[in-house]
Amino acid sequence: MAKADEIRELMRTEGAAVAENTRAFNDGRYESVADLEDYEALKSEARAIKEDAIERLPELIDELEVAVEENGGTVYIADDAADANAYVREVVADRDADRVVKSKSMTSEEIEVNEALESDGVDVVETDLGEWVLQVADEAPSHIVAPAIHKSREAIADLFNERFDPDEPLETAEELTYFAREKLGEQIVDAEVGLTGANFLTADTGTMALVTSEGNARKTVAATDTQITVAGVEKVVPSVEELAPFVELIGRSGTGQDITSYVSLLTPPVETPVVDFDDDETPLSAFDADRDFHLVLIDNGRLAMREDDQLRETLYCIRCSACSNSCANFQHVGGHAFGGETYSGGIATGWEAGIEGLDTAAEFNDLCTGCTRCVNACPVEIDIPWINTVVRDRINREGERPAEWLVDGLTPDAEDEGAPLQKRFFGNFETVAKLGSATAPLSNWLAGTGPSRWLMSRALGIDRRRALPEFERETLVDWFADRDSTVETPERRAVLYPDLYTNHVQVERGKAAVEALEALGVEVVVPEVPSSGRAPLSQGMVATATDHAERVTEALAPYVADGYDVVVVEPSDLAMFTREYDRLVAEDTFETLAENSYEVLEYVYGLLENGADADALASSDGAGVAYHSHCQQRTLGLEAHTVAVLEDRGFDVVTSDVECCGMAGSFGYKRDYYELSMDVGGRLRDQFEADGVRDRPVVASGTSCLEQIDALLERQPRHPVELLVE
Amino acid sequence: MSGATFSSFERSLGELDVPATRIKREEFTNQVEEAVEPPAVGVPLGETFDEPALSLDGTPVTVDPTPVALREATTGVTGARLGIGDYGTLALSLTDRASELVSLFVEHHVAVVRERDLVDEMRTGIETLGEEFAETRGSAILATGPSATADMGALVKGAHGPRTVEVLVLTEDD
Ligand code: SF4
Repeated sequence: MAKADEIRELMRTEGAAVAENTRAFNDGRYESVADLEDYEALKSEARAIKEDAIERLPELIDELEVAVEENGGTVYIADDAADANAYVREVVADRDADRVVKSKSMTSEEIEVNEALESDGVDVVETDLGEWVLQVADEAPSHIVAPAIHKSREAIADLFNERFDPDEPLETAEELTYFAREKLGEQIVDAEVGLTGANFLTADTGTMALVTSEGNARKTVAATDTQITVAGVEKVVPSVEELAPFVELIGRSGTGQDITSYVSLLTPPVETPVVDFDDDETPLSAFDADRDFHLVLIDNGRLAMREDDQLRETLYCIRCSACSNSCANFQHVGGHAFGGETYSGGIATGWEAGIEGLDTAAEFNDLCTGCTRCVNACPVEIDIPWINTVVRDRINREGERPAEWLVDGLTPDAEDEGAPLQKRFFGNFETVAKLGSATAPLSNWLAGTGPSRWLMSRALGIDRRRALPEFERETLVDWFADRDSTVETPERRAVLYPDLYTNHVQVERGKAAVEALEALGVEVVVPEVPSSGRAPLSQGMVATATDHAERVTEALAPYVADGYDVVVVEPSDLAMFTREYDRLVAEDTFETLAENSYEVLEYVYGLLENGADADALASSDGAGVAYHSHCQQRTLGLEAHTVAVLEDRGFDVVTSDVECCGMAGSFGYKRDYYELSMDVGGRLRDQFEADGVRDRPVVASGTSCLEQIDALLERQPRHPVELLVE
Repeated sequence: MSGATFSSFERSLGELDVPATRIKREEFTNQVEEAVEPPAVGVPLGETFDEPALSLDGTPVTVDPTPVALREATTGVTGARLGIGDYGTLALSLTDRASELVSLFVEHHVAVVRERDLVDEMRTGIETLGEEFAETRGSAILATGPSATADMGALVKGAHGPRTVEVLVLTEDD
């Protein structure tokens, strides 16, 4: 199926259930982490523990092995899935087991142990209710924590009623749960082997932490005499004490629960007696705890990821699902589109690239638009968008130099020749924009004609339904060159960075920014500076982006050295200067620019705080506006400044609370993703067409958002700075 | 432990709809009787806490039941190693007296915890367990409220484990 068709079909069949559930998790996360006094510190602590553990992994694995063996268990280190399965099959065969009950484990899905055991005639039963629903339905998980998130209650009821034909048809969530509990309960007490995953393993005592709510993992261990635990090698942390930050963060980050019902801290083999559940004579404590424990630690690509400077961070992932739930695209399609063989959501790109290979990651990697809304949500501070970018870069280059990326790491070439045509077109948008302005209005007229749209659709995959940006003949730089500064004794001096769009397309917002800054006593210059590299970076063209970053920092450095501040209108470019350049240029070069760069309304806010005369700006007496900030701007914590300035000037501001407008740079232009982009945008449209908001003029900070809102609403949006100079 | 710890523990449990009652040792037998819904089973509590006064003799609770009696029981009574104030969490040790089975294979779990075993914070609780595990290589469940699932389209309390939990906190003032 073509990508656009596949996405359309998933949005139709699963979109509503996925959206409802992921948003509930995401809202819950915001609420739950807000209760933590030291949320940021806790994340940093968790991050540091993981960094240290992965750094010392071989040593910790040895320590863990010793501890488990002292406890009476066995450790098997499996190179890959086949190796792990062979061992598990052997243990199950030695126990002569007819049934294996399982608690939820992604790693066991990764190695497909169910199929391996079933081929030996063993009855494998998933006891997590969501996993069991999928086992009955013969479907794949769509979410790493709540695997059946794509199924509504009605769909589950239909499934059970059809499959099990109960006396009374099942209907409510409660009826479905109790029915499943009964069915599974009987099977659990009859099973010989319990197979679990592990969220964490502590090297000091051989203790495993299992984070669950249903109690099925507890039963899986308690009711069987042979426990097999399969876990990736990356799950090891040094000690029990170091579980504390994870216990506090994992539920909050994922499903928005402060803590899940059960965090089992098991040091197997456990002391619980192994009982015969049909025995009516022997007291519980008279049974022996005659138990076997096998820990199967799985490499399957992880140790190579550990050697890879770019993918290593993936191993810090605790699989909380925050990066799925906070992702606007994921909220609309779920893990069946936004996922690989086993893992789904933003971080899946790292997991699948490391475990399965680039081909698998390539199938869904483009769904990460780099909006960064997951970045602050990740409890171990993984730069998930960066991992997506790196993998995209490797996919682009795969034709050139296959398969060696995992060990080579990323070594940017001078050119990004490997990227497909569409990516190169969007990645080199600077050239297009320059040409567009130079030949406007002809370029705009030509671009809009039938034959060119047909060609763009065919050759570049640009959706014909999407309006194209219209280039201004006079760029912001040209306009500025022809005027004199109006500030005589400047308070401060600033470079207004002429980002690609402000310079060529949305020139009005650039003019308004210059005027607002000058009104507040800032001497402004608008020099010719290369584009930031955001466009190529978002296409995974890291080498080209690096080249931009080097040229931009070079062009701006003399100004910064001279005491100029750098003011940026386009939030995605500010995010380049203050976030992404850290990866692309030398550290001190990055720091100098990052420290001196400001989003335009953040800068205005700072000027006003420092005593600039607010009355030099336009004001209102309570006019309503609807404001949509920008995803990356919000990640940088800069939405509040715009709201504060507008309120200070007397506007009545309503803000959107969607994670992303759906446009995300070039994403919404692409034929494969246009409909998804509009579907994501639909939520923003609903918020801005609600009662009390419907008639408000709309302002938005980002270029993409402005274009998307333009497509979604009748009202033509503007940049908030334009309200300050009327 | 201070009364402040109890009140934070009680508040956290309240948010989970778990009743917590602070009781004296002489009230123990009566309070257990009130908390359980028969048929009830339990672990030998006097031994768990090494305090004969906490024996379940004289209550309707069948101590150390057979597996079949366990499966037919509505209520299970066990001790808890710790109570954790900020989350309303109980640390349930896994023992050879099958407390894991008694707290899990029932509809209603009644947990008895000594007030001196209450700690304010999760971190302290985990540190305490970590120190103990280093010695004993033991196991414990951090249990917070009843078992639950959202997998069937809405939040349901009572998945594989108990649907309801109740906590008795034994004061030290006798
Ligand atoms: S990458 Fe971070 S946010 Fe995503 S699942 Fe892993 S730990 Fe959670």
